[in-house]
Amino acid sequence: MNVWIDALIVLVVLTNLKLLGSSRLVPCIRILALQGVVLGLLPLVAGVEPITVRMVIVAAVSIGLKGAVLPWLLMRALRGADVRREIEPLVSYGMSLLIGMAALPGALWIGSRLPLPDPRVSSLLVPTALFTMMVGMFLIVSRKKALTQVLGYLAIENGVYAIGMALAQEQPLLVEMGILLDVFAAVFVMGITLFRISREFDNIDTDEMALLKD
Amino acid sequence: MILALILGPAAAGALAFVLRADWLRRGLLVAAAMAHAGMTGYAWVHRPAPALGGWLELDATGLLFLSITSLLFLAAAFYGVSYLAHESHGVRKDFEENLFFSNAPEQVFTGCLLLFLATMTLVTASQHFGLLWVAVEATTLASSPLIYFHRHHRSLEATWKYLLICSVGIALALLGNFLLAVAAGQAGRHVPIVAADLVRHATQMNVPWLKAAFLFFLVGYGTKMGLAPLHTWLPDAHSEAPSAVSALLSGALLNCAFLGILRIQQVLAAAGQGVFGQELLLVFGLASMAVAAVFLVSQADYKRMLAYSSVEHMGILAAGIGIGGTASFGAMLHAVNHSIAKAMLFFVAGNILAAYKTKATGEVRGVLGVLPVSGVLWLAGFLAITGSPPFGLFLSELTIIRAAVEQGHVATAVAFVALLAVIFVGMAGVVISMAQGTPPETTVRPRRETVLSVGPAIVLGLLVLGMGLYVPPAVREAVQKAAATTGLGDNSSYGHGRHGDAETRGRGEAATTIAGAAVPHTTTTTTTARAEARTSNMATAIMWSRAGGRKHGYERRDHGTQATAAEGF
Repeated sequence: MNVWIDALIVLVVLTNLKLLGSSRLVPCIRILALQGVVLGLLPLVAGVEPITVRMVIVAAVSIGLKGAVLPWLLMRALRGADVRREIEPLVSYGMSLLIGMAALPGALWIGSRLPLPDPRVSSLLVPTALFTMMVGMFLIVSRKKALTQVLGYLAIENGVYAIGMALAQEQPLLVEMGILLDVFAAVFVMGITLFRISREFDNIDTDEMALLKD
Repeated sequence: MILALILGPAAAGALAFVLRADWLRRGLLVAAAMAHAGMTGYAWVHRPAPALGGWLELDATGLLFLSITSLLFLAAAFYGVSYLAHESHGVRKDFEENLFFSNAPEQVFTGCLLLFLATMTLVTASQHFGLLWVAVEATTLASSPLIYFHRHHRSLEATWKYLLICSVGIALALLGNFLLAVAAGQAGRHVPIVAADLVRHATQMNVPWLKAAFLFFLVGYGTKMGLAPLHTWLPDAHSEAPSAVSALLSGALLNCAFLGILRIQQVLAAAGQGVFGQELLLVFGLASMAVAAVFLVSQADYKRMLAYSSVEHMGILAAGIGIGGTASFGAMLHAVNHSIAKAMLFFVAGNILAAYKTKATGEVRGVLGVLPVSGVLWLAGFLAITGSPPFGLFLSELTIIRAAVEQGHVATAVAFVALLAVIFVGMAGVVISMAQGTPPETTVRPRRETVLSVGPAIVLGLLVLGMGLYVPPAVREAVQKAAATTGLGDNSSYGHGRHGDAETRGRGEAATTIAGAAVPHTTTTTTTARAEARTSNMATAIMWSRAGGRKHGYERRDHGTQATAAEGF
């Protein structure tokens, strides 16, 4: 069983590296959807606790949201904006990958120093979650397209979700649903704003939005 | 009734999206605001029962912040009706760059405004940290369409920054939630992360995890609260939003984020680690005041000036809690005063903007002549917000400064006063030159000041003046209770470990007396005695913990919390 979990965790790491190295936006959205699905599946295959109806509901809603609804919203925003690629990022793709490769051991080191409250959880999960958060933050600061920044936000959210899975005992159902609802609403509002940005500026480059400053 | 407070505005908001008649929708906005204010007022007389198994409960802090929110929303609703009536429909010219733009549909504006009220009410009533997080994120989402009311690219830029920075910040607060759950998990498998339960079990919580959780909460909610250096979204959002919305963002929303920090500080204090949080809050608070002072001097945009003033006042709140003791009381009182004064100023700024069609301070002259009532209010509001007597902010700032001096934070007090002085001078130059002088003939198109456009600002101005002359006993009691939950332990014993017990007791007494002196109608003897005992006990516990060192970490935590718990937190 453990092999499967570790395989899924490695898959999450690979999706992060792909996010760092890809310039095309549509595959990035797909890869993020895959990441969301894998993270949604993890609690079910982890086998730490017996599967309950509650777990299945949370997993199903989470997978449905991150695997289907959010990618659909983002694809729609992308079609409205009529862009396909991230051109001229602030940090080049090769460099991004190198930074990612450097961040991975860092995340492993921090993760190894955190005592896990539940020893049955795979020790790779927390480092992977931290790595996902780092990649998300990096995407937000190093890319120009507003859409890539939304992807970065979602990667951070995925990382936080994975840490919650590794560390915290079960959250109440109402809170889990509230969190997922908020993520949905956030991407929905960001999607609308993206559409507006593309109409207003004829593109979705955030470096053109530099009028407001002191 | 708590549910009615939350669901009422939410239902009204949903209805506003579909109502087509303008007068009906505006009537609904005012009616919902009045109903909400009425229910909040009733909650002071008869405290509503907890709902959802204790997840929703209005404690003293929650009720205080809810009342601020409700009051400001009522004022903003009246102001908003006059604002909407004067905003022309259809495409019009942007006065800054001569480009064409239109406004968002009024349905969306009114609907989001009411949803914003519902989510802020949920923040003030949430006792469960998870629910609190959901509510705070929901306030971001409900308010971002409000910032993008004028559909041009400057407001779009502000909205995007607001959405992204606050969402990422709040995602970090979610991580804080999980860390808090781990810390609580050590106390027992089934301790829910509800504030009251955590305070009760605080002794058994794991301290390193709890501290880590606090850090993430501080960064997450601190972003939303506008603590420097996490404040970058704030001036843009406040200056681009319509003035009624700016007033709500500054006076109500920032307080809601502050409440999130207060709740975790409450748990930290109960676990005997209050000083850890207080030190951080003090640093962030003073940093915010310093950053605000830098940008306030010679600020060229008067709405941005008010926004930076909000950064300053959030800094004062954080610093007040950081100093602790009676300064916590001052900070809570300051939260009330700042909200009222800042909302008033934003309403007046909206009137000035409507008449002059510019936000540049250099192009606005002679407000006193063009808009007589708004001009007087603008000057009065400036005096109030900079803490001049006899306004309420003078009283609360004085309480904080005196507490800092009494507790031996002389350097902090000096820095605090110096920054206030710089800000006073910086704002005075801008405000006075706007109020006086001869108005530029070409740009000014005087508009009659109506009851709805200046009325809310007048009422708020009288309120903040009243708060300086007489703090009603009910408000004082609520403020005291709210301050007590954040850990009355004064921060002074930290770093001055040499103080003896007797001295600490004496200092506690002095601090309490100051609170009595600063506020009209001194507290009763029993309260004084109890507060004194609490202060000295906390201080002793903290000192003891300092002496205990790392080796006895576990014991010291127990000791500290027992002393605190004994005082009936």
